[in-house]
Amino acid sequence: MSRKKDITGGFFIGVTAFSAFVIIAVIIILLVVIIKGGKDTFSWEFLTAFPEDGMMKGGIFPAIYGTALLVLIMSIAAVPFGTITAIYLTEYAHEKSVLAQTIRFAVRTLATVPSIIFGLFGLGFFIKFVGGGVDDFFLGGELKWGQPNILWASLTMALLTLPVVIVSVEEAIRTVPRELREASLALGATKWETIKRIVIPGSRSGIMTGTILAVSRGAGEVAPILFTGAAYYLATLPTSMSDQFMNLGYHIYILATQSANVDQTLPIQFATTMVLLLLTFTLNLAAVIIRSRLRRKAK
Amino acid sequence: MDKPVEKGKFVFTRESLKKKFRWSEFLSEKIITGVAFLSITIIVLIFVFVFKEALPIFNYKKKEAVKVEQVQKQEQYGGEADQGQTNSSGQEQYGVTTNDTMMIENQARAEDTIVHGSEQATFKSLAGKKWLPVSDNPRYGLVPLFVGTLKITLIAMLFAAPIAILAALFSASFAPYWMREIIKPAIELLAGFPSVVIGFFALMVMASFFQNIFGYDGRLNAFVGGVAMALAAIPIIFTITEDALTAVPRTYTEASLALGATRWQTALFVTLPAATPGIFAAILLGIGRVFGETMIALMATGNAALISVNPFESVRTLAATIGAEMAEVVFGDTHYNVLFLIGSLLFVFNFSLNALAEFYVKGKLVKRFQGKQS
Amino acid sequence: MKEIKIKTRDLTLYYGPKMALNSISIEIPEKEVTAFIGPSGCGKSTFLRTLNRMNDLIPNVRITGEVLVDSLNIYDKQIDVVNLRKKVGMVFQKSNPFAKSIFENVAYGPRINGINNKTKLEEIVETSLKKAFIWEEVKDRLNDSAMALSGGQQQRMCIARTLAVEPEIILMDEPASALDPISTAKIEELIFELKKNYTIVIVTHNMQQAARVSDLTAFFYLGELIEFGKTKKIFTTPDKKHTEEYITGRFG
Repeated sequence: MSRKKDITGGFFIGVTAFSAFVIIAVIIILLVVIIKGGKDTFSWEFLTAFPEDGMMKGGIFPAIYGTALLVLIMSIAAVPFGTITAIYLTEYAHEKSVLAQTIRFAVRTLATVPSIIFGLFGLGFFIKFVGGGVDDFFLGGELKWGQPNILWASLTMALLTLPVVIVSVEEAIRTVPRELREASLALGATKWETIKRIVIPGSRSGIMTGTILAVSRGAGEVAPILFTGAAYYLATLPTSMSDQFMNLGYHIYILATQSANVDQTLPIQFATTMVLLLLTFTLNLAAVIIRSRLRRKAK
Repeated sequence: MDKPVEKGKFVFTRESLKKKFRWSEFLSEKIITGVAFLSITIIVLIFVFVFKEALPIFNYKKKEAVKVEQVQKQEQYGGEADQGQTNSSGQEQYGVTTNDTMMIENQARAEDTIVHGSEQATFKSLAGKKWLPVSDNPRYGLVPLFVGTLKITLIAMLFAAPIAILAALFSASFAPYWMREIIKPAIELLAGFPSVVIGFFALMVMASFFQNIFGYDGRLNAFVGGVAMALAAIPIIFTITEDALTAVPRTYTEASLALGATRWQTALFVTLPAATPGIFAAILLGIGRVFGETMIALMATGNAALISVNPFESVRTLAATIGAEMAEVVFGDTHYNVLFLIGSLLFVFNFSLNALAEFYVKGKLVKRFQGKQS
Repeated sequence: MKEIKIKTRDLTLYYGPKMALNSISIEIPEKEVTAFIGPSGCGKSTFLRTLNRMNDLIPNVRITGEVLVDSLNIYDKQIDVVNLRKKVGMVFQKSNPFAKSIFENVAYGPRINGINNKTKLEEIVETSLKKAFIWEEVKDRLNDSAMALSGGQQQRMCIARTLAVEPEIILMDEPASALDPISTAKIEELIFELKKNYTIVIVTHNMQQAARVSDLTAFFYLGELIEFGKTKKIFTTPDKKHTEEYITGRFG
């Protein structure tokens, strides 16, 4: 009887361990296959050159530049707003208040909204409503802002990454000990002075993690920018907020599904995927490390 | 009160302690509260603007009621075979109204098609079995898209749910500490893989791999897409399940162990059932993730809007349809509106899943643990 | 008897529905050390925190009665809590230096009061650290992190930080409970020195400490003020049986 139990138990534990193993194995296989496929094409030149021959040859510099610009503008929008929301939730809101709970629910909802919906929203709100409105009011109907561009794409991406920032910063703010807030208040500091001088500096690493995670997410998402600003190919780099831009993820998608000769560009596709994967992987790894340190400190 | 005043010292007076109005305090609080509203505002704006762009579909029934007749009186053409899927009637009619706006023309076309077979207009069209938005005779039947989305969700969840839940059980109940410290961050990293990378991997590697095993014709199909989507859903299901499992109070497991149950029995018969609401939430959110995933669907499913139960046939999902077609539609066109309608449906569906996971499941968990403990 | 600095009248405090302080009336004279003693949970720390309204931070706290500081009711709606706390400073049980340099820790209060002049700040920091008997130990490393100091040094630096705001009253919540005997002795010595210029109220768990440093002692039990009087009297011939039992160590 007990022997039978042991066998069943061993089998059951084995199955759970195997499941975990399968996931880890897939992660490793994915990394290895992509890196193997891309490493021969990958070079300094590949990173710094423009595409040539209708994107059949050459590098991916414009896509890297466009992605960097996208995440930069996105961070400028998302990080302050996310941080302030996190400050509200931890410092001003009463934990049980309806408003705080509603905001929390909204943040969680925002985190689960499919990324393509953000794309639709960017199109309907930023491009048609805001951009079109600006064109009608200030430019007399001339089409400038009412079309896809890097600003609208970045703002769309900022909405998508807002919850990422909020969650990270909130977690970090909660690790700032109550004693420090009390010490500051007991010295005659106001609430805002305490937040500005004690709470925000104390959660710097959380703001950093949030930014890194948001950047990683923003660099990898393609669906929100499909029709809010990304372009197949541009001969020049974007110079104005109203320009379109190239993007790493979009570049992969286009080359892999829409290009004239998919097989011929396969090395470029693998190398581009490798760049994007390693970029997001490194960023996430950094965030994981910073966060685990933070959690250990909190204990 | 007369107080001996020391030099340079400050004495309490009504004046010095009088409540001060501090602009910085006032403004910071107002601004912070205002910004915090942003998340709510965004949700509301998404509702408003995605629905707004879908709205004309519901309106044009009224507008077109008058138009249809006029339109039908105009030129009539024989319908072409739509990419080999000829309409049963064989002949189609549509009006060309050179004077009308593009939008009305297109709406008229759509209307025309429907009027042809039935008196019910718009909704019947959407409930149709053909998704042919760019043919001469556009039809916006959402059925194949729903079927495709459901099929791929089912396949993805069949893979993702058991693997993720079992792996979470391993991590929470059996794995030694050092192993957990590898598994959890690794899965966090998988969550950070861009879906376009997973889509690319599925398109280039998995598709050929599965084709070699199963020997089917089309490289890209629901099965490949579903398995790839499982990779995107696994981190969500794993993380939430793991949280739910570790949140099961120690007293539960200790009681079970004290009664002589083994570790695996405790995990399977005590911990796992206690965490069911959390696991249910994990699955709901996993479904939401797959349902709305765009890039993997675009790249790995073949994108043909077929209605079939065969997992090895190509499918077209709702999200992929938006992703593939939105860039090419004319603003304000019926096609454009229908894509927004699809977006609205996705949003509502996702919102409901999230709300369900949030309120129903969380409430249950709290009741279960706190109710029994106290 | 000296002037009365703090006076409470029927001060009652509730945490939600639970009464934590029951009708406390006490008169604390200026420039003396008043000790609050009693078993843990007796309300002595809670009472201390009502004196500079630190309890405001805790939700669901309700207070009735009056706290008069220099005859001004600090729970009056017209009172500015921020300014009140500048005049009624507080030192906490666990030393809580900010993750800043020693200099910046001490300069924190003056800075939020708008003093940004470097020489002025240096002057304040130096005198404050001197008053807290820690200047000699840290004068060469003012820019080092305050976290690097030992526990006792941290606590004295926190006292210096409080002094830098120039309060009139210093509330101390078991300031030496986490310290070794040598550091404790230094803190006690410091308290003795500070009472020349400040009114000090100290909560302590340690009865010997209360006997050593205080002029007056108040004994709290279950949210009530049982007995208040000269320390010498409380420790030799208390009026109440409860006080005697506590002091002789029969409970607590």
